[in-house]
Amino acid sequence: MTEPIIKIEGLGKKYIIGHQNKGRSNYTALRDVIAEKSKKIFKKILSPFSNSNNDEFSIEEFWALKNISFAVNKGDRLGIIGRNGAGKSTLLKILSRITEPTEGEITIRGRVASLLEVGTGFHPELTGRENIFLNGAILGMQKSELKKKFDEIVEFSEIERFLDTPVKRYSSGMYVRLAFAVAAHLEPDILVVDEVLAVGDAQFQKKCLGKMEEVGKSGRTVLFVSHNMSAIEQLCSKGILLEKGSIALASNANDVLSKYRELINQSQVTETSSIGNETTRRGTGELRITSFQLLTKTNEPANEFDLGSTIRFKIGYKIIAEIEGLAVAIYLKSGTSSENISTFRHEVISEKLNPGDKGTVVIEVDAKVLRPGEYPLYIHISEKSVYSNKFDLLDNFVAPLVIRQEGINYFNNYWMFGNYGFFSMNSNVVSVE
Amino acid sequence: MLDNNNEYVIKIKPGYTEFNYLNDLWRFRDLFYFLAWRDILVRYKQTVIGIAWAVIRPFLTMVVFTIVFGKIAMLPSYGVPYPVLVFSAMLPWHFFANSMAESSNSLIDNEKLISKVYFPRIIIPASTVIVSLVDFFISFCLLLVLMLWYQFAPSINSFFILIFLAQAFFTAMGAGLWLCSLNVQFRDFRYIIPFIVQFGLYISPVGFSSAAIPEKWRLLYSLNPMVGVIDGFRWALLGGENAMYWPGYWISLGLAVVIFASGFWYFRKTERMFADVI
Repeated sequence: MTEPIIKIEGLGKKYIIGHQNKGRSNYTALRDVIAEKSKKIFKKILSPFSNSNNDEFSIEEFWALKNISFAVNKGDRLGIIGRNGAGKSTLLKILSRITEPTEGEITIRGRVASLLEVGTGFHPELTGRENIFLNGAILGMQKSELKKKFDEIVEFSEIERFLDTPVKRYSSGMYVRLAFAVAAHLEPDILVVDEVLAVGDAQFQKKCLGKMEEVGKSGRTVLFVSHNMSAIEQLCSKGILLEKGSIALASNANDVLSKYRELINQSQVTETSSIGNETTRRGTGELRITSFQLLTKTNEPANEFDLGSTIRFKIGYKIIAEIEGLAVAIYLKSGTSSENISTFRHEVISEKLNPGDKGTVVIEVDAKVLRPGEYPLYIHISEKSVYSNKFDLLDNFVAPLVIRQEGINYFNNYWMFGNYGFFSMNSNVVSVE
Repeated sequence: MLDNNNEYVIKIKPGYTEFNYLNDLWRFRDLFYFLAWRDILVRYKQTVIGIAWAVIRPFLTMVVFTIVFGKIAMLPSYGVPYPVLVFSAMLPWHFFANSMAESSNSLIDNEKLISKVYFPRIIIPASTVIVSLVDFFISFCLLLVLMLWYQFAPSINSFFILIFLAQAFFTAMGAGLWLCSLNVQFRDFRYIIPFIVQFGLYISPVGFSSAAIPEKWRLLYSLNPMVGVIDGFRWALLGGENAMYWPGYWISLGLAVVIFASGFWYFRKTERMFADVI
């Protein structure tokens, strides 16, 4: 038995989260640092013997990954799954050397190529031809290697006619095809792939999966993260399930997938589930969400939806203290970048509600613009006015909304560049009881 | 690092990135070239006069400076046509200012790359300096035209400008490395850079010869690292009365070394957390 191609021992990654700047932009400004430092010094001068630990600069440690150990043998095709925030992307980032671990050690015997995003470094002003070279170099290919494979890449991408057009004029489908074509022609010993198949049309996705299977069969090692369970089923021989930063199960792909399904179905909301857990459930508590369900247009419960379908959100609630009406807001975030993709908010009830009252609200949304993939859900019930008391907030607590590859594809009519962007979607209140 | 099977082995653990750095720099040498090439290509796309911008900006500044310092303030030109005097300083100054400004913002501009792919990050600021180098050579041709126009023969020491250009390169690179790493953590530096560039133009001997500075202040004046470079350019290109003030030059050279070395050190120190904070 030879040594494993990837050996991970006791890996951990810690992030420090500061809570000082709510509502401000998410980078540190020198101004703030100077202000904080001088405030501290000033405090020290005024009361030199007091303990200065209770300042507003509350810092919290957060272990995105903790105590991860596993080994991957040459030729393995390993699928990594887990819910959002389970640490999948962090793991891939460490393996790709984008970020450093806080503890632990990894030994990799071979060249790694990682594909955490299709078309990294594509420049919109450059032509397809120019971008092939640029992107290839970014992914670690040599110029000579690129020249040799150029024709093959172009052929795979099916965009010969537009080779000398700037990619800003490409449709999103063409863009993804070109980007994947470059990546598919990398010849590393280990290929690390993040949720990149969530883009492109179904036919091209099949082609990509085929290409990745081929890569795997030729003795290379593939690490694959996806929310697309059928893709993992098809491609991977082994699987790892991550949950809250550690390995919940490492086994063959099928076992891991069924465990994952189990886990998703477990995350049901009740009146009391994880109240007071600041990261997933917040709110002032005049009202509690008692149930949440995703329904199809015909009111059948579902976890996954076809492309272009209508989705219904059924929310049950119970009033704890007297309130003047309520509004329901649902936020859809991107599973890969956690940016807001869409928000809809409805004032559902404007009359007074008394303690003990119960009800359900069904909101329907026309999800034509959603691409296949996973969308974490943020469900907020608040007072009816816009800037108001938030009664109960579920942040990425319920299982995310999953859009499948199949169905009617509307989104190629929308121009998107790399990022997902923000959409407004048609939504309306179906029923209030 | 090769093991017995001639395989490429990577070890990842906290604080360990140093080990493969040179190795990786070599592996990604083509990326350096492609990034510079991208920046040059993109720069003048969808512009009407394209590459002429590289000429127009220093040229117009030269005209203004000639009028303000040469004609209005009547500063001495030491036997050189005033436009030539100004332009020979404008070349290294623009090179320095552009390289520094571009490389300072380069990491932020390439945020996507940093959070999605691994490569030695120093490639990004370094490749932007190459773009400014291209601009430098274009405006250098303009200087030659200017010299022809005024029928001014360049000094035989002219090829020494390569040494001073290298000095400007390392100074700009060092300052750029400092600023780009700081810029990743504190976006305030974005606003400081234009200020440094604008301020620097007036406190450097661009519009006038540094010989116009009173003798007792010259040593102090040389604490501006660009003073040595600009004086060097004038000495090499124009010769004649533009003698070098050597004590000042050594100070500038020393500062260039310090700025570059410390910039490189700080960049390497902070590099590993770029992806986390950008």
